[in-house]
Amino acid sequence: MLDVRIRRRLGSFELEVALAAPRGAVTVVVGESGGGKTTLLRLVAGLLVPDEGRIALDQRVLCDRAAGTWVAPEARSTGWVAQDYALFPHLSARSNVAFGLRALGRPRAEVRERTERALTRFGIAEVAGRRPHQLSGGQQQRVALARALVLDPQVLLLDEPLAALDPGSRRSVRGELRRLLDGLPCVTLFVTHDPAEALAFGDRIAVLEGGRVTQSGPREEFLRHPGSRYVAEFLGVNLFEGEIVERTGDGLAMLEAGGGRLAVPDPGAAGRARALLHPHDVTLSLEPPVGSARNLLRGAIEDLIPEPPAGERVRVLLETSPPLAAQVTRAAVLSLGLSRGREVWASFKATAVELLPS
Amino acid sequence: MSPGARPGAAAIAPLHVAALLATTLLALLLALPLLGLLVRVSPGELLARLGDEKVLEALRLSLATSAAATVLVALLGTPAAYLLATRQFRGRPALEVLLDLPMVMPPTMAGFALLLAFGRTGLAGRALSLAGISLPFTTLGVVVAQTFMAAPFYLVSARAGFAGVDRRLLDAAATLRAGETQRFLRVVLPLAAPSLLAGLAMSAARALGEFGATITFAGNLPGVTQTMPLAVYVAMQSDLDAAIVLAVLLLLMSLGLLLAMRAATRGAWPGLARAGRPDPAPAR
Repeated sequence: MLDVRIRRRLGSFELEVALAAPRGAVTVVVGESGGGKTTLLRLVAGLLVPDEGRIALDQRVLCDRAAGTWVAPEARSTGWVAQDYALFPHLSARSNVAFGLRALGRPRAEVRERTERALTRFGIAEVAGRRPHQLSGGQQQRVALARALVLDPQVLLLDEPLAALDPGSRRSVRGELRRLLDGLPCVTLFVTHDPAEALAFGDRIAVLEGGRVTQSGPREEFLRHPGSRYVAEFLGVNLFEGEIVERTGDGLAMLEAGGGRLAVPDPGAAGRARALLHPHDVTLSLEPPVGSARNLLRGAIEDLIPEPPAGERVRVLLETSPPLAAQVTRAAVLSLGLSRGREVWASFKATAVELLPS
Repeated sequence: MSPGARPGAAAIAPLHVAALLATTLLALLLALPLLGLLVRVSPGELLARLGDEKVLEALRLSLATSAAATVLVALLGTPAAYLLATRQFRGRPALEVLLDLPMVMPPTMAGFALLLAFGRTGLAGRALSLAGISLPFTTLGVVVAQTFMAAPFYLVSARAGFAGVDRRLLDAAATLRAGETQRFLRVVLPLAAPSLLAGLAMSAARALGEFGATITFAGNLPGVTQTMPLAVYVAMQSDLDAAIVLAVLLLLMSLGLLLAMRAATRGAWPGLARAGRPDPAPAR
């Protein structure tokens, strides 16, 4: 278990993070660019000194400002894969991979054997004689991973490992990377700004907002209970923030949000409130629907986005008040003849709305 | 077609003509003297006069002193350049100016200053003479004068080379278990090598051609302090043929060093520009 509790000021920005990441799992730290993700990795690697706090790996304290403990980066057993990989341009792929073993002063035969094994395992034996600039983005990434993992690090730090790739190769590399990371015994800390990557890679997910971890936990928990607008947006969930203006007495209340009024479960008090609505709970129709749904909104379709992987489900963004995202099947899109600009009715039950503790 | 002219350009711009004219004039100014020197001596004659004791003596002394000066520059200049390129400390700008100063200093003035400092009555000279070392009018003095004048050329190039090494490569090396010494030897040195070699070639050329500081500080004693540039100057008045041979030799050696410098710069690691590019949006 990697335990991080640190504070570090950088100019006007302050990173204050408490985070625990278990072994044998990928912990994704997701947050917007400039949110301190790279700084966090650098602190764990020992490339940056925290102003306050403590970093420990199991029983071993890597850094403790209060106790004056400091383990140099070369003694920490962390593997670091930088955003653009930071491969040594003057060395071949093979020598890049062998760099750490040589630095450790391992016997020549062992260096050769372990290097070749890593090159084969990461599928780069064929291009091992090439310099980094002669490699594709995906190959560079594998060299960087092999270079870090050949040392069997206790902690693997991945800084936006897919960001430097073009969209074409990103898809195939993503699958490869997922397989590589599966079954690694170390603590893997993976930072990204891309929510889809977070969901694809994270056994556990931590959200970094404004320099602080605002939510962390297993992926499933995230999908069920997104805790902030940022998380909701990245999960594609509707998040309404507004004011309870009326309690109707039948267990429901009226929430005024985004220029409209929604029937929601009664939170028990008036005042500010936040509510969630899953897109698949929204029903779309061309005529005003008959039924018990208390919420009925009309608006034009702003966009239709087929969802990965196969586009069987389609996200429909609506220009309603408040704006809504609905999720329907592709068959429904075809049978209703949904297209951009078309006016539709959106309905959902008041009980489908989940009020968040505020 | 003149360099830079666009294909299909109908009229040649007046500015172009002016630039062409200026370049031709400058090239002539630089080439004619060299040509004049080369036509005065045939290769056979050159080889024959190489055995000349006067020539050999100066050649040997020049090679020995400028080689020693270059080694000294490398030994002292490399750590200094690394310090200046990578560390922030109070007084760094002042130190940089001080170390660069000989580059723009009149050499005779430098030699005079060296004499005042290291002469028998000079501040450092008295201390050195207690240790039994005397610099003025000795071969060692020649080496000191050459080092003084040549060091900045290495420092400027080496500093740029060290500063150009991407810090993140050092970070990567650190996470790959390389301590500070290993990082320097296995990442910094090889990546800065082209700049270091280019600087060293420039420095060696400067030491080889040093005249003013040497004659002022170390004098003009044949076999002791009379290096090739000094010997050319003296021979001009007595033995013109010897002067020409010495001058041609100096020209060839300088040319060799210039070519070495260009080769070193061109041999810079491919892909370095890409790996060394700064982050477009520095991540925090």
